[in-house]
Amino acid sequence: MSDNKNKDYELQVRRNPQSLLEEYPRKGTNIQSTHYCAGCGHGILHKLIAECMDELGIQERCVMISPVGCSVYAYFYFNCGNFQTAHGRAPAVATGISRAEDNAIVMSYQGDGDLASIGLNETLQAANRGEKIAVFFVNNTVYGMTGGQMAPTTLIGEKTVTCQTGRDPDYAGHPTHMCELINTLKAPVYIERVSLANPLKIRLAKYAIKQALTVQKEGKGYSFVEVLSPCPTNLKQDVASAQKFIEEQMEKEFPVKNFRNNLYTKEPVKRPASDFSTESLDKIFNVNRGEGTGYVDDEMEPVSIKVSGFGGQGVLSAGLTIAQAACAEGKHVSWYPSYGPEQRGGKSNCSVVISNETIGTPVVDDIDILIALNKPSLEQFSQDVKEGGVILYDAKIGEFETNRDVKVIAMPCVDIAEEHGNARTANTALLGALTELGDVLKRESYENAIREMFASKPKVIDVNIEVLEAGAEWIKNNS
Amino acid sequence: MSNQMVKGNTAVVIGAMYAGCDCFFGYPITPASEILHEASKYFPMVGRNFVQAESEEASINMVYGASGTGHRVMTSSSGPGISLMQEGFTFLAGAELPAVIVDIMRAGPGLGNIGPEQGDYNQVVKGGGHGNYKNIVLAPNSVQEMCDLTMKAFELADKWRNPVVVLADGTLGQMAEPLVFPEKAIEPKNDKPWAVKGNAETMGNLITSIYNDFNDLEDFNFKLQEKYAKIEAEEVIYDEYQVDDADIVLVSFGISSRIARSAVDKSREKGLKVGLLRPITLSPFPVDRVKELADKGVSFISVEMSNGQLLADVQFAALRKDDTHLVNRMGGNLIELKHILAKIYEIAGIDDEDIDLSERSEEKASPNIID
Repeated sequence: MSDNKNKDYELQVRRNPQSLLEEYPRKGTNIQSTHYCAGCGHGILHKLIAECMDELGIQERCVMISPVGCSVYAYFYFNCGNFQTAHGRAPAVATGISRAEDNAIVMSYQGDGDLASIGLNETLQAANRGEKIAVFFVNNTVYGMTGGQMAPTTLIGEKTVTCQTGRDPDYAGHPTHMCELINTLKAPVYIERVSLANPLKIRLAKYAIKQALTVQKEGKGYSFVEVLSPCPTNLKQDVASAQKFIEEQMEKEFPVKNFRNNLYTKEPVKRPASDFSTESLDKIFNVNRGEGTGYVDDEMEPVSIKVSGFGGQGVLSAGLTIAQAACAEGKHVSWYPSYGPEQRGGKSNCSVVISNETIGTPVVDDIDILIALNKPSLEQFSQDVKEGGVILYDAKIGEFETNRDVKVIAMPCVDIAEEHGNARTANTALLGALTELGDVLKRESYENAIREMFASKPKVIDVNIEVLEAGAEWIKNNS
Repeated sequence: MSNQMVKGNTAVVIGAMYAGCDCFFGYPITPASEILHEASKYFPMVGRNFVQAESEEASINMVYGASGTGHRVMTSSSGPGISLMQEGFTFLAGAELPAVIVDIMRAGPGLGNIGPEQGDYNQVVKGGGHGNYKNIVLAPNSVQEMCDLTMKAFELADKWRNPVVVLADGTLGQMAEPLVFPEKAIEPKNDKPWAVKGNAETMGNLITSIYNDFNDLEDFNFKLQEKYAKIEAEEVIYDEYQVDDADIVLVSFGISSRIARSAVDKSREKGLKVGLLRPITLSPFPVDRVKELADKGVSFISVEMSNGQLLADVQFAALRKDDTHLVNRMGGNLIELKHILAKIYEIAGIDDEDIDLSERSEEKASPNIID
């Protein structure tokens, strides 16, 4: 073999894949060494992922998420778009990136504390939604960067700084099996546990990583690779005992195997492009640009209306119909719903203020027109009706008298509604009467408001308009 | 007229969509849930992204991820959920990511209840997470502003690369008023040079809040403070009503400012010179204007639905504690007109026997619509 050829081979082995930087300028100092300890698995895993990125030709599409933990600085090394995130939140961040940029290949690289403890919820939920992300889970049974504390994956009897006599399941529970947990979910496409214990297993790990990234390249959904990895520093091991620990203890607790591979059967998940046009928004919100907008400043005295009754009597929708009619005429108007102290089945009322100028409080304390559908609210709010105001109420409530200067009208609104075959329109009959009391709003505006309010129930539009007319007729003949 | 009667919560979604918001992430909570409902309905109709997250922590981190790609993104919640999001707020501020968060305040502390309150003021205005950061905070007081200020929030978020909170309450969310729709929809260009999009052009970019070197982090903190100073110089918005000749100035935002406005009208009927200063940006706060008025010797009344949180900012801006007063309600109760009037009359030294403060209104503004 020639010297040149030897050099080529040497370069092939020693140089970084394109998807890893040759130097680490983001690290600041000592730009050619990593920040990882000797014998750590992160460097191996970084290289495997980067080699797969090269081989799949996806480097430009890749976005790597650095978590909190030893790999907090993964962005020193990966030559692609990079995010750094809060502890445990990487799968949520990955979701945000992937939903916003459908073409991005999003990788979430997390340790055992980050993924299986503080971020367990995010981990399982993102997996369950089938997000288009690849998660690389580094399981070394211990917290690294924070100083060797017990992890969810710490083995029974294993000593760490927070279980100094060894993990006791009676006090600290059992090791968490992430592949097995994720394998209970339907959405994930690819789930595998691999080991970095020896060169052969490292080659097998690379195969799994490549499969997981192929799932992403093809846009098929969620892939999860758990990597059993050495942490000689925190577990106080040398290279040989680290390898032994993985093979003889970790692999026994965490079986190395493929749990699921639906790469070849799963269809890609397609997401539509976002539409930002004015036309499309106007269409979904029913905006009619031809009619003009803004307010009509015709002189008028502000009117304060209170509609009140039991919850379920259509009190709020009657108020909203009035407000809708006022709005269509270009008036300033506010509609404000409110309740008595009982949350359900109790009194319900709404305030409607109509004006030709900006409205202050939407809460009506001094009432011009009170519409009452039950006795308690009639008794309560009649005291707040101004001198010269009007009380319009359901005649079924019975006699009501006041010695104040207030016009009191008992209207058989339920009878009128029943005559038209729909007792539920009693509130509309009262609105009919309102159209003839003063000249605040046009009858036509009420009719249009009813059409709008019941747009989703067209069957009841006609009967409501009939009852509105009947209510107006009744008041003409009876006042 | 093609004005539409719209509820405040719906107006937020309309404003967001016309502002070109591409992604909505949220978790249900009363009284902000309607925003989530409306977003889930309308965003997919035009191919935009909606995700119901597993928690508020997840929502705000989805916002972090999507914002980092340069898209316009948002979430919404109420007090307890906003508390959970504080980690995300500080990460957004630290990574200088634009984001819009809508807080439809309810009553606290703890689970409290679902009535309206303004007790999130300090948490949101002062920045409730760790570190030396600030949010920009906009306070609408009408359905129209729920829409318009949500649009404005996206503009400010992009301009300053900072989280912007639209701070409203349960009443504004529930009430309906006419909405004049935005003139046209914004088609975002997404030409942000710092974004990470998963393509060749943005490969060199990094979204992070880490500065390992202490001096670098200190420099970054100073840079942030310079940014906030510029925001204070350029972005203060407030609204005034009858302030010019006023001896008594009410300071109030959101729904309580609507009631305060009516109090101004009532007091003027009695010949009292009362005005209303309404901060629309709570952060930056209209410090200079408050100081000007303080120098003129006006009496201030902070009208708020919290425990004097706004009053403290008024006193700080006025550089005095004397002749600054508080009218407040808490616990889910709306401010009542009579409470404001009673304080005005007390300061003006006149008696009004019609005002009875012995009874509290039993009416509740509630988001549980049963009709």
